Amino acid sequence: MNAPAPRFTLPTFEGPLDLLLHLIRENRVDIYDIPIALITQQYLERLAEWQASDLAVAGEYLVMAATLLELKSRMLLPQPAVENEEEEDPRADLVRRLIEYRRYESVVAALREWEAYRSGLHFRGAVENPDDYMLPVSPGALRGPDLAAAIKQLMRDVGIEESPVSAIVPRRHVSLKMAMVTILRRVRNAPDGIRFSELFDQPVTLAEVVIAFLALLELLRQGSIAVSQRRPMADFRLRALRVGAIGA
Amino acid sequence: MSNPHTTEMSDSSQALSSNLPDVSAAAEAVLFVSAEPVTIADLARALQCSEAQAQEAVRLLTSHLETTGRGLQVVAIAGGYQLATRPVHRGAVGRLMSREPGKLSRAALETLAVIAYRQPVTQPEIEAVRGVGCASVLRTLVERNLIAEAGRKPTAGRPILYTTTPSFLHYFALADISELPPLEDPPDGPAEIIEV
Repeated sequence: MNAPAPRFTLPTFEGPLDLLLHLIRENRVDIYDIPIALITQQYLERLAEWQASDLAVAGEYLVMAATLLELKSRMLLPQPAVENEEEEDPRADLVRRLIEYRRYESVVAALREWEAYRSGLHFRGAVENPDDYMLPVSPGALRGPDLAAAIKQLMRDVGIEESPVSAIVPRRHVSLKMAMVTILRRVRNAPDGIRFSELFDQPVTLAEVVIAFLALLELLRQGSIAVSQRRPMADFRLRALRVGAIGA
Repeated sequence: MSNPHTTEMSDSSQALSSNLPDVSAAAEAVLFVSAEPVTIADLARALQCSEAQAQEAVRLLTSHLETTGRGLQVVAIAGGYQLATRPVHRGAVGRLMSREPGKLSRAALETLAVIAYRQPVTQPEIEAVRGVGCASVLRTLVERNLIAEAGRKPTAGRPILYTTTPSFLHYFALADISELPPLEDPPDGPAEIIEV
């Protein structure tokens, strides 16, 4: 018996934004004035810890690490001498994302609370009818015959009686011998011979072509027809060689 | 954050009497047999009365169950009304049912929160807020019928739009999506406002 493979997830954090908010709180720094150098260092340390303990670090964390490093380098650049009011704090975008993410934290707490409350409420289940299924049906719960039975039930319910299948689909039987007879007759009726493609009515089926080609080979073997082809992949020209009985 | 699950107590004298009016008793019967929330419109049709009368019947039934100390209550949930057990009896009911309700993961709750407030919303928009990929969480939430696809956004790639479902309201015992509190910044933030 195989034990299930252990599953590692990054401990307690839902993503890079979650981790950043945690670090900001842990350091008691202002989210609107994040000390990027300090936070970046701690962020990278945390990632290194995870990697050291063989936890896969999701790509999103690495993208954020790159963003932090870029911010850090931009913060190191000297400020432009001219006061430019349009110039935005390089951290502004990150702060906006953190603020936006943080808004949902209290919602998550509320949802968790309501979920707990709701789990204490019990409702009457559906009026039990074992023939009824509530959608969505979990995969594998139903099989083909169940579906067929449901459709029959539905048709009865809406007053459509099941009628027997009455259409008869004729089966065309094409034998090699018949194909040989047909081809030979047509070749003999054409003094200049005919092209292979002329043997078929459109639309042509693969089976017809295969049978005709096999018949052609057989007629060649018998010496009943001659086949010529001008170049590879071109159409064949079929000509009658001599009058004689087919097959036998 | 406010809790919408506080029961409004009625001090109606009628609620204190032991007998319910017939129409409220009929409402109780209708709610009892229904497996899903009954809207006021459906209730009015069943009781052959006006919607205002149906609403009043539910109100009386609600306070009657409350004041007579019953194990059942009327809850406003997912756009209608349903009879439910009171949470104080969860122990007794749970021992009989012996079924531990599964809890949603934090990732699922976060994703639901973003969808609930920004619906209809696309996967990339959710991921932009959460900062992580959401594909498998979204699949799970759709499977559990807590969210549903609601067409496609007419932008490049035509991404699928997601909305919450009545099951979402039911799962969190919310009567209506408007019961969600306004999205606010936590009070610990400094006074200065960042330009947006």
